[in-house]
Amino acid sequence: MSQPLLAICGLRAAYGKIEALKGVDLVIRPGEIVTLIGANGAGKSTLMMTIFGRPRAKAGSIAFDGRDITGMATHEIARLRIAQSPEGRRIFPRMSVAENLQMGADATDSVGSDRAASLDRVLTLFPRLKERMNQRGGTLSGGEQQMLAIGRALMGRPRLLMLDEPSLGLAPLIARQIFDAIRKLNREDGLTVLVVEQNANHALRLAHRGYVMVNGLITLSGTGAELLAQPEIRAAYLEGGRQT
Amino acid sequence: MDYFAQQLINGLVLGSIYGLIAIGYTMVYGIVGMINFAHGDIFMIGGFIALITFLILVSMGLSAVPLILLIVLLVSMAVTAVYGWVVERVAYRPLRHSFRLAPLLSAIGMSFVLSNFSQVTQGAQVKPIPPLITGGHTLHDSGNFAVQLSNIQIVVVVTTIVLLAIFSYMVSRTRFGRDMRACEQDQTMAALLGVDVDRTISMTFVIGAALAAVAGMMYLLYYGLVDFFMGFVAGIKAFTAAVLGGIGSLPGAMLGGLAIGLIETFWSAYFSVEYKDVAAFSILIVVLIFMPTGLLGRPEVEKV
Repeated sequence: MSQPLLAICGLRAAYGKIEALKGVDLVIRPGEIVTLIGANGAGKSTLMMTIFGRPRAKAGSIAFDGRDITGMATHEIARLRIAQSPEGRRIFPRMSVAENLQMGADATDSVGSDRAASLDRVLTLFPRLKERMNQRGGTLSGGEQQMLAIGRALMGRPRLLMLDEPSLGLAPLIARQIFDAIRKLNREDGLTVLVVEQNANHALRLAHRGYVMVNGLITLSGTGAELLAQPEIRAAYLEGGRQT
Repeated sequence: MDYFAQQLINGLVLGSIYGLIAIGYTMVYGIVGMINFAHGDIFMIGGFIALITFLILVSMGLSAVPLILLIVLLVSMAVTAVYGWVVERVAYRPLRHSFRLAPLLSAIGMSFVLSNFSQVTQGAQVKPIPPLITGGHTLHDSGNFAVQLSNIQIVVVVTTIVLLAIFSYMVSRTRFGRDMRACEQDQTMAALLGVDVDRTISMTFVIGAALAAVAGMMYLLYYGLVDFFMGFVAGIKAFTAAVLGGIGSLPGAMLGGLAIGLIETFWSAYFSVEYKDVAAFSILIVVLIFMPTGLLGRPEVEKV
């Protein structure tokens, strides 16, 4: 078993007095796709943001590639080549698509030739963005914004890509394109991915391993197939809550 | 017609000065959502630094006017930028996550601090300098009225245009400009992309102050004097210009500055000097009734 790329241990975080993470343990190894599933408000997005120090961890530790990043400033964490497509996508609405992508490349100070190669990769994965390069981010459709959010994250040549609900609100066809792109990035580029999903069915089929989060705690973990076979998972996230 | 042309020239010169100050208001509003009421006083400080630098250079025996102007410009931009940086650091940053009115009150306090500081250290009387840039051109002479374009007017307008060109290149094409716009649109996302938000905000204050310093120096050259109180009225006018143009919009600030400059000048020329401020503010009110976000402002609600 190789050294974990991301190791989270006993992580606690709160918004004011409301505790959102109550001691989370999670490990991601290089080259894995790991998914985090759970109901709305379970703390999945908070976990993603806490990795970036917003909010700051109250207790516990986060290590990236063996280095403790728990107390680091958000922008410094980003420069370690951890990229996120956050909840709500957060495209810069008054910047062009090209500028949004450039922001992603700026994140890690990649040199000119790297930028060209990353851009090429992003546009191969999402050819739709090519036609939209000079359009403002705010004018894109939901699916295009999601592609741009992932593309922007990829521009910094991340070692770990974190995606928060990439299929939320998208037509099934577009959602499938997004999942295909994630699979491709993992297989062909060896990219390590953490994906948060409410669509547990898709997510568990995509991921090597999964974690289930309930009320700020990890309650179950296992391979995608194991979790898919669990009766509790089927009841809670698949049959009752089938989304697409 | 000649009289009109003359007023147009005068109005554009005044408007350039207002526009340079207005950019500082609008930039800061765009990125931290507050009105920096001390910005007018930063403009005043810029005028004083220009005056002091000028006097030092002259006492050192320097006499080449273009060289003096260049050094004065650079020194006043640099020193005033430090003032802008310190003001943000001391008065605004500690309050950034406080309640909304806190930085505003702090800004008003900072405005008093800066103007009283100048009054105490420089004295309360008006400080004149001899005209540095003299002469001019007669553009058209109809016999009873001659349209004059003085050299100092040319200097003010050309300096403004050059600085605005550099400034807009910086905002639209450079990495720093992108970072600034990113922070303006979504600070959290900017940080997630490796942008040092605190540093970007500091730099915004620094650049706003440097542009205000240029305005201060132009004011000193054009009117031949500075005083500790000049930041108040000029600040209010420039703030009005920023709101008229659409606060948060950089071209809007310049357009608003020119508009206020022209309105004031034409009103003084054709109606009465006493009511020029009333005219400027009345037009602001009328514009805001029909265009609440100003001439080039964008509505708050937008598609996400």
